[in-house]
Amino acid sequence: MKQNSPAERLVNGLVKENPTFVLMLGMCPTLAVTTSAINGLGMGLTTMVVLALSNMFISLLRKIIPDKVRIPAFIVIIASFVTVVELLLKAFIPFLYGALGLYIPLIVVNCIILGRAEAYASKNGVISSLFDGIGMGLGFTLALTVIGAVRELFGAGEVFGFRVMPQSYVPCSIFILAPGAFFVLAALTAIQNKVKLAGERRGKDMSKIQSGCNMDCAGCGESGCSRRLVPESVSEKEARNG
Amino acid sequence: MVKDLLIILISSSLVSNVVLSQFLGLCPFLGVSKKTQTAAGMGTAVIFVITLASAVAGAIYRFILAPFDLTYLQTIVFILVIAALVQFVEMFLKKFMKSLYQALGVYLPLITTNCAVLGVALTNVQKNYGILTGIVNGFATAVGFTISIIILAGIREKMAYNDIPESFKGMPIVLVTAGLMAIAFCGFSGLL
Repeated sequence: MKQNSPAERLVNGLVKENPTFVLMLGMCPTLAVTTSAINGLGMGLTTMVVLALSNMFISLLRKIIPDKVRIPAFIVIIASFVTVVELLLKAFIPFLYGALGLYIPLIVVNCIILGRAEAYASKNGVISSLFDGIGMGLGFTLALTVIGAVRELFGAGEVFGFRVMPQSYVPCSIFILAPGAFFVLAALTAIQNKVKLAGERRGKDMSKIQSGCNMDCAGCGESGCSRRLVPESVSEKEARNG
Repeated sequence: MVKDLLIILISSSLVSNVVLSQFLGLCPFLGVSKKTQTAAGMGTAVIFVITLASAVAGAIYRFILAPFDLTYLQTIVFILVIAALVQFVEMFLKKFMKSLYQALGVYLPLITTNCAVLGVALTNVQKNYGILTGIVNGFATAVGFTISIIILAGIREKMAYNDIPESFKGMPIVLVTAGLMAIAFCGFSGLL
């Protein structure tokens, strides 16, 4: 597939650089809203809309925004779209707004969005940025829906509200409570580790697979989690490193 | 009044713990919890920033956004104010309080766009807290964060000597630990 073509971007977001399964970004919403498949799907799609629109706008404005103040500019663009989407949800899909609550405005600080703005949209054309946002958003949606479905299946015996488990199954409600979120994610990262180790043994490059910001918050800087508003000057950096 | 504040203090720090039941601020919780000392430093920085941010965000909401009917702008305003505030605090400490800067400075940029900080500011508005109640809520939330990150760091220090299955090394075992801590913290729900 051609580099940066719409199809390549979609596959990249869904599979190769899946934000949750491969890059491990945006863990807060992943754990918090996946109590059921429908909530995961709703959160994923909401994030996708914000991601696609902000990617498109940032790409449009990439030659106008001065490099030094790009992070605050990105944050303003992202926050504006989040506000628009929040108001739309409140008006038209109130049940989803009620279920996601606080986590809708918190999309602003989702690592994935600022990370894509930095890593892709600020360097590439409008169409490919838009599809990059859609691809990444779809990957995030897929991951949240799958995690939500697993938690709902074990925690309530249902998927999307339909009874799947036999009547005799006693729901293990810890899966839809807070501890269950940690356990499901632990299992997921363990599988990820296993895949990574197996791949490395066969001599493949597995450096893309990260586990939770590379185990270090400083590594998060590259993906946008803990970006400074104004980039550090050289003298500051020297002072910090001694 | 005092009783209300006390209830908020307990419920925000223990019962609905910011990390273990609301999943806010997971990045530093998982990332900076390898040693108790750094965890304590991070916790102190978080207490400092969240308390300050909830005071400033509360004041801006009450005196600027609400009177002019601009409350729909809260997300944009809060995130910008918080991010600018953290950077300003960093510069201030660097210039005037060298020793405090050396203790907390490294952690400050890590909290600039942390979801826990924005989350507290938004919760204060959502629950209609006044400025003082908001500050208490922010302080309590941050204390809850500090308690859980220090406990996790303590467990991780001990865990370093254990024999862990290969695929559970690193993040997975930390998440299992966090899950067990979350079960323990569920016990606090009987407090109120």
